[in-house]
Amino acid sequence: MLKGLLGRKIGMTQIFDEQGVASPVTIIEAGPCFVTQVRTPETEGYSAIQLGFSESHPKKLTGGELGHLKAKDLPPLRVLREFRTTENDMKVGDKVTVEAFAVGERVDVIGTSKGKGFAGVVKRHNFNGQPKTHGASDRTRAPGSSGSGTTPGRVFRGKRRSGHMGSERVTMQGLRVILVDAERNLIGLRGAVPGPKGGVVVIQEARKQ
Amino acid sequence: MSDQIMKAVEAAANPKIPALQPGDSVSVHVKIKEGERERIQEFKGTVIRLRKGGNESSFTVRRVASNGIGVERTFLMRSPRLDKVVVERHNIVRRAQLYFMRERTGKSARLKQKFD
Repeated sequence: MLKGLLGRKIGMTQIFDEQGVASPVTIIEAGPCFVTQVRTPETEGYSAIQLGFSESHPKKLTGGELGHLKAKDLPPLRVLREFRTTENDMKVGDKVTVEAFAVGERVDVIGTSKGKGFAGVVKRHNFNGQPKTHGASDRTRAPGSSGSGTTPGRVFRGKRRSGHMGSERVTMQGLRVILVDAERNLIGLRGAVPGPKGGVVVIQEARKQ
Repeated sequence: MSDQIMKAVEAAANPKIPALQPGDSVSVHVKIKEGERERIQEFKGTVIRLRKGGNESSFTVRRVASNGIGVERTFLMRSPRLDKVVVERHNIVRRAQLYFMRERTGKSARLKQKFD
């Protein structure tokens, strides 16, 4: 069985276990996903399984996506993602649900972080900034000096500066599964998950167990 | 939509916890596990803080223990460890957070009872 799933972040809450200990939990509406394509070394040169998620209005998909799915008698699925795997016990049309994961397992979650726009150096790289007082003016969040003097006479490549922050692919590793609700297609993971509410996330077996 | 999903996952409100007010004298019955046995411990004091927030609601109870040492305990409203809460009396208070009680001892730490 493939240990992978696509989902949408619903939000965070706290859940109590039997001992009464509260855990911070992110709820993800995950699956049901359908296998939309099986890639094999013979045809594509590598083995992977493509999953589709989120049944939507056909107009929300491009013609190419629609054709790809229609040829396999699948509903219009808006989100398609590939999982590299050597397992070959799955065929097109197979359903993957939250039951692929059990409570207590560890998973990795991949998502797109919240966009922060053009961010300064304090927010983006955790610079300390400069004093508000002691004669300083308008320099509180300034980056300070970016290099030395005549030697080396230039600013080193990769110097951390202000710029666009967020909206990038982020992986959270080793989150513990706290809750699996097959009826409502929900999975609860201990801790935070990248991205806004409603953002698409990929859940897969933890690389570091 | 997402709120409904969250509600389905979260714990239900404990029917044995009545609506609390700041200043209430309460007795909180907490389930305590000692090895295999489970017993109920009482914690009596004054509600000095209420935090409303559905599943994350909590309240803080202050009591003055022996030798005039103040003890404060914060309880989570939806915790399964809470057996019940009994309101023993309502008191007249004029603010939502009664942090001023921390500086008071003896006679000045009394609150006037509110009769409805």
